[in-house]
Amino acid sequence: MDVETLSRLQFAGTIMFHYLFPPLSIGLGLQLFLCELAFFRTRNPAWEAAARFWTRVFAVNFAMGVATGIVMEFEFGTNWAAYSRFVGDVFGSALAAEGIFAFFLESGFLAVLVFGWDRVGPKMHLFSTLMVFLGSAFSAVWIVVANSWQQTPAGYHIVWQDVQGEMTARAEVTDFWAMVFNPSSVDRLTHTLIGAFVLGAFFVASVCSYYLLQHRHQDIARRCLSIALPSALLFTVLSAATGHDSAQKLVETQPAKLAAMEAHFQSSDEPTGLTLFGWPDAENETVHFSVQLPYLLSLMVYNDPTKPVPGMDQIPADERPPVWLPFQTFHLMVGLGTLMIGVSALACWCWYRDTYERHRGLLWAVVLMPLAAMTANQAGWITAEVGRQPWVVYPSIQNGVEMMGLKTADGLSESVTAQQVLGSIVLFGIIYSLLFAIWVFVLNNKIQHGPQSGEELAEYKRKVKSETMADKFGQSGQSLGGDMMEDDVR
Amino acid sequence: MNYELLTFIWFVLLAVLLTGYAILDGFDLGVGILHPFIAKDDRERRLVMNSIGPLWDGNEVWLVTFGGALFAAFPVAYATVFSSFYTAFFLLLTCLIGRAVSLEFRSKVESPAWRKLWDAGFFLSSLIGAFLLGVAGGNVMGGMQLGPRYVYEGNLLSQVYWYPLLVGCLTVSLFALHGAIFLYLKTEDALQARVRKAIARLFLVFAGLYVIVSLATFLHVPHATENIANYPVLWIVPVLNALAVLNIPRAMHLGKPGYAFFTSSMVIAALATLFSVAIYPNFMLSTIDPAYSVTVDNARSSQGTLQTMLVIAGIGIPCVLSYTVIIYWIFRGKVKLDPHSY
Repeated sequence: MDVETLSRLQFAGTIMFHYLFPPLSIGLGLQLFLCELAFFRTRNPAWEAAARFWTRVFAVNFAMGVATGIVMEFEFGTNWAAYSRFVGDVFGSALAAEGIFAFFLESGFLAVLVFGWDRVGPKMHLFSTLMVFLGSAFSAVWIVVANSWQQTPAGYHIVWQDVQGEMTARAEVTDFWAMVFNPSSVDRLTHTLIGAFVLGAFFVASVCSYYLLQHRHQDIARRCLSIALPSALLFTVLSAATGHDSAQKLVETQPAKLAAMEAHFQSSDEPTGLTLFGWPDAENETVHFSVQLPYLLSLMVYNDPTKPVPGMDQIPADERPPVWLPFQTFHLMVGLGTLMIGVSALACWCWYRDTYERHRGLLWAVVLMPLAAMTANQAGWITAEVGRQPWVVYPSIQNGVEMMGLKTADGLSESVTAQQVLGSIVLFGIIYSLLFAIWVFVLNNKIQHGPQSGEELAEYKRKVKSETMADKFGQSGQSLGGDMMEDDVR
Repeated sequence: MNYELLTFIWFVLLAVLLTGYAILDGFDLGVGILHPFIAKDDRERRLVMNSIGPLWDGNEVWLVTFGGALFAAFPVAYATVFSSFYTAFFLLLTCLIGRAVSLEFRSKVESPAWRKLWDAGFFLSSLIGAFLLGVAGGNVMGGMQLGPRYVYEGNLLSQVYWYPLLVGCLTVSLFALHGAIFLYLKTEDALQARVRKAIARLFLVFAGLYVIVSLATFLHVPHATENIANYPVLWIVPVLNALAVLNIPRAMHLGKPGYAFFTSSMVIAALATLFSVAIYPNFMLSTIDPAYSVTVDNARSSQGTLQTMLVIAGIGIPCVLSYTVIIYWIFRGKVKLDPHSY
């Protein structure tokens, strides 16, 4: 295989693996903050026990996010040097802002969140949890801004420079805020964040429903469900709304992507229908086994059932993205989204009627929902990223002037060989498979172990207090922890 | 603001980020390197790991932010450096991942075999990570086979020769010494006594390597001293550096480990500054033709971006410093184990 294919595979693999973790950190961070807020207001130790439990889960997940994220920060330089030189002026500033505003905030206060339970007061701890949550959300802000700029560039111009005798183009920022608030930033950011909130809410609901099925930790499980289920419903509905907004913008900004998502090959004067299922065949420009609803795509895109939507034939042949993959992942995402709205609505209704725990089938469905949420998050990003090919930076028109784009194939590192990339793919393939196995194992371990009950926690805190007092007055109080606490560590 | 001045400020800010990383993650890596030699049982191993438990993640962010800032301020340098060090860099990333997960996963399962595995992971990733950082620094000091239009023409093997390997060894010994002094501050009793012995030995190793690498740099990297020759005021850096090195055993002898830790931080800062002084104005000197070098002038972003970034840094850095201080204050004192420890 050539350097291009290998580098594409490596980037897709490392970013998809990385993206297993940050959405859960963001979503779980919100649930964790809400639990702790409930403790802060009620002072009921059960809430604190819940928050301490979610913190342990959060920490494992966060570490995975950090470990796999550091690869992303440098991979642009290692594998996509030409791209880095082209976009550095724009993309680099967003990435640096992410480091300064987001990473320091979350990693700093994470220490207090995870290790500070017995060291700082509840107010400081609550504040730290909020800062960790905000830090992870800021991180999403900057990285989605950077990505959106590549999809719908704004606030820049192209400058040609003489690099040792060869004219080389690069993008330079002319208007920072226009770059940040480019046409798709806000829509894509809200959709991404809400996708993360959905995952976090379903993750908590899943673990708690599992406890209810097992008749364990019921008090804490019910408390957390009372937050997680309504938020799951709220966020799944919001997710559909923001997704709809994003799709409507596409017809102007990235019509090729929209055509690929809908496998809409031929334009016509007739209203455009919506393909529900099918097997797109780009070579013959047709969709096999398709089930189509008339007028619907026109209605969804333009709010007008008669206005035709432009098809792939409007796009020059060498600028068309692959169709099969974005079509299937987009439909998978929408399907899973609909399923999640249904399940969370049903669960909320039963919760309201106080019959939730009697419906074991429903409980099991909720247990499985994090998989649906995770798959939908991944599928959405595959749609967005494959659907923008062959461009890594879209061409655009700024103030009436046409700006060149950059094709992914032109962004590679010139000095890197296929063997090197293959080597790093094999290395990271092995490491990531191991990490994934360990992550599942440790996560399962934590969930099986479960939270302490409120009473156990209150007892533990009394012990800590008396030992600190003993330390203070110079009596030979056994130092905290060591082997006697070993059991609680897991 | 003047474009030239902005460029210079950004070079300095990047040097500051790299120095911050070396000082802060330096002791994390050092603790990892010492871990198998200092700790004798499971409780001590956990104490050693938890001494950096709340801190290592924030310290690593200095490197990540260095990467982002280099991308933003000098995109050509970012692209060239990381694609030239392709294989070495992926090994470094492997080490950073290995360190993170070893810390995070080790104490999650009771089994001795499980813990042994992660102990080994923690040690090896810290050792190799520190070594690779030094090797990369040595290569940048010595210059690299950079061809026209910033395309690196060497390979992994051309990066492995005596000078960078020597700098790698120096980095390992320096971080180990720095980590040992940090551990001395964080531990008590028998463990601390063992750390004290290690500091004395590590100091001798480091001091020896420090002399050898200084001589090697004079001989092998003649351009490294050009800036100092042109700006004699810069002599203060190597002089302070040498004094700081000598001050480490003095401070330990006086029973002021905090002062010793400050001093070893200053040794790292001085060495990082010497590195920046030596390479300026190049990010990567071409050994094929100096005209092919990546310099601050041909690597920088537009004036507007450098200016915007300076505003971002101006807002961000005070925040970063204030919560770094808060976190270090909260976790001050001897390390103790509790149910939330690693």
